[in-house]
Formats: sequence, C-alpha cells, structure tokens
Amino acid sequence: MRSLIDILELSTQEIDELVAVAEDIIANPVKYSEKCHGKKLATLFFEPSTRTRLSFEAAMYELGGNVLGFSEASSSSASKGESVADTARIVSGYADIIAMRHPKEGAPLVASMYADVPIINAGDGGHNHPTQTLTDLLTIHREKGRFDNLTIGLCGDLKFGRTVHSLIGAMSRYSNIKFVLISPNELKVPDYIRNDILIKKGMDFEETASLEDAMPKLDILYMTRIQRERFFNEAEYLRLKDSYILDTDKLRTAKKDMCILHPLPRVNEISTAVDDDPRAAYFRQARNGKYIRMALIMKLLEVK
Amino acid sequence: MNVDSIQNGYVIDHIRVGKAMEIYHALDLGKLDCSVAILVNVPSSRMGRKDIIKIDKLINLNFDVLGYIDPNLTVNTITNNNVSKRRMVMPKELKNVITCANPRCITSIEQELPQVFKLTDPVKHTYRCIYCEVEAPKIDYTAIKH
Repeated sequence: MRSLIDILELSTQEIDELVAVAEDIIANPVKYSEKCHGKKLATLFFEPSTRTRLSFEAAMYELGGNVLGFSEASSSSASKGESVADTARIVSGYADIIAMRHPKEGAPLVASMYADVPIINAGDGGHNHPTQTLTDLLTIHREKGRFDNLTIGLCGDLKFGRTVHSLIGAMSRYSNIKFVLISPNELKVPDYIRNDILIKKGMDFEETASLEDAMPKLDILYMTRIQRERFFNEAEYLRLKDSYILDTDKLRTAKKDMCILHPLPRVNEISTAVDDDPRAAYFRQARNGKYIRMALIMKLLEVK
Repeated sequence: MNVDSIQNGYVIDHIRVGKAMEIYHALDLGKLDCSVAILVNVPSSRMGRKDIIKIDKLINLNFDVLGYIDPNLTVNTITNNNVSKRRMVMPKELKNVITCANPRCITSIEQELPQVFKLTDPVKHTYRCIYCEVEAPKIDYTAIKH
C-alpha cells in the first residue's frame, strides 16, 4: 500500500507514467469509466476547497467509483477534538482510498502512518500539495511538450505558496531548468527550499521583485494568489496582496509561446482581460487536474 | 580538584565548555538516586577547556540526546572498573528530544504525536521536523575545538 504525501516520493519515471495515463484518459475516457467500479474515495477536507475536492470527486466518479467525505472541519469529528490519527483509522474502514486536506502541516503524513488505505495529500497548510503539482506537470507537458529546457517564473507568494514549493521540487529533477523567483521581500521562498533544493542541487535560479524585468525570459509564468488565510497579521496581508497584477500590458514583452499557469482560485492577480490570450492556460490546467487525479487514484489503488 | 573514581557508571568527557548543564537538564540527571558530578571549565590538552559529567550508576543513557547536544563528546562506560569508550555521532533521527516550534505544524495542535526530527544535512547539522519540514533551532557547534 502506498500513499502520496510529497511529490518527491514519485520518481520522474512514475510521473512520466502518470502523465501518459492522463493523456490516454483524455483521449479515451470511455476506456476508464469502470476502472474503479465498487471502490470508494473518502475526501476529508478540514479546510475549504472547491477545485481540489471537486476534481477528486469528479475523478472518482469518472472512474466508476463512489465518493464520501466532508468538506469542512466543522462537519467532522475534528470539531469534537478527534485526532487526525483516529479519523484516518476510522475512515480506513469505510473507504478504499483517502484524499485529505488539512490546514496544519504534516497532517496527511500523520494520517498515512495510521490508515490502512492509501492517503493522498490534497494540501497541508503552506507545506505540500502534490496533486496540484501533478496537475501543473500535466499542463506543462500538454502546453510545452517537454519537462526540460524551460525557464520558469514563479510569481507572488513564494513563502506560503505550497504549490510553488512542490513545483520547484518536481521541476528541479529535469535538465536545464531555470527558475526566476518573483516576489516581494517578505514572501520569498523559505530557506528549506532555497538551501535544500535550489542551492544543494546547483539549480540555476534568480530572485527578483520585478515581474516586468523577468517577463521576456520566461517560457512559463506561474502566478499565485497572496493567500489571506496564511497570514496571522491582517495588516501585513493588506499591504502585500496587490504586489503583482498580470494584465495585457505586462504581457507585451512576453514570449509568444509563453504559458501562463495559476493554481486558482485567483483574486485579482490576473486581470480577466488576460483570459482571452491563447497563452492563458489556467482554465485548461484546472481541467487537467481531474485527469491526473484519475491516473493517480488508479495507480495507488493498483488498478490496471 | 578531584572527584572519586567510579566502579559502575559513566564519565561523559570532552563536553564543549558550557554544555554540561544543558546535558544535565536534557537527561534529567537531577532526578537520579546516585551521585552526579559536574565539572566545568576543566583544563584539556585537546580542547583547551572542557566540561565533564560523572554519573555513579549504570542508567539507561539516551545517546541520541548526547549526540544531538554535542556530537564530539565521548562517553566512558565503566562496568566493574572496566572502561569502554564510545564516541558520539549525530543521530539520524531524534524522537521526543526536541519539539517543533512551527505554529502551523500538526504537532502544535496534537500534542500526543511523537516529536520526530530527521537529520537532513549532516554537514550543516540540520534537523527537520518530519511533519512540517521546518528546521530545528541550530546548536552552535562551530566553537568546538576538537
């Protein structure tokens, strides 16, 4: 039995396989419509989410399986003080696989230590979000056709942005990748990303506060939201929330085939005028999330 | 200054100056029902100055705590006047030795979880919480003269 807590638990070969299965699902959805017949996915969401939870549920339904769970902590026994370990043990008796989102970092790892079924980390605080990274990787593969020789700009909240941390970890395993880290000083990537991944692996990276300066170099621009829920201090959030707003004017210097990604939801960091630009891939990206989760559920349930 | 020799017990030697009391508290040596001698600022040909702890009883000594606080100390175990010497290494894993200070970590709300840290960088002496990956506060080893 295997869980997915951190994207780096998957080898690049396994990621290639998942991407290939997802591509095949997109091309031949009917072939997969009964793959998980009789199986149940529990979605344990201790923190609100639309995209991730619905895409997990849609993924399981499209595989012919069923779904149970809760979408906020207040409707679970956590509100009565039940531990993550106990919840994982209990739900293991009801479901074949669990997708868990939790505001505290490490909660899905705890669940995986006590559950009898595979746990998928669907986001733990500002820490990891491996299925978003798989979504990002499938999108990069579909949009750019490769995982190597790319200059990737990551813009916005790089401190608390778990999708950014996971994507850096995953993409740093491919050759000739350059990262341009665009953020205000207060929201730079944490030391454990800078020291243990970027510096340790000898990655080519630069840190800047200017989106305009970075724009012409980029093959991929990964925008992120400044997340209100990650701040203990509201005043700090208000000061930083509008640091970067991508509009059609800023895109003038971008490459013609640059690809704009965003894990969504967006607030105002991408102007709606950008949505019609063919380089805006974020809605396609959200859709890809369902397909890659289908591939992942099949893999962890060992369904062929 | 002399302290009586030990027939059965430990001599924790080559402790970096200033670390003896930290070890004393971390191992809760004050609760033992035997003599414990703490010698600080002892002249040392190798280190200039060092601390020493003598424990006049064979107890269940937590070598992980010792290796974490000062990986360069030595532990002499004395059994019926026979001495065996053990050099410390930084433990690969620390369980319930230190606690995670990250308020976003699951351990901040579930206190019954074991506090586990893994050694992720032996060169820089970096330990990280296995749950949230936040780095444990660094112990300053740089001044060790071994």
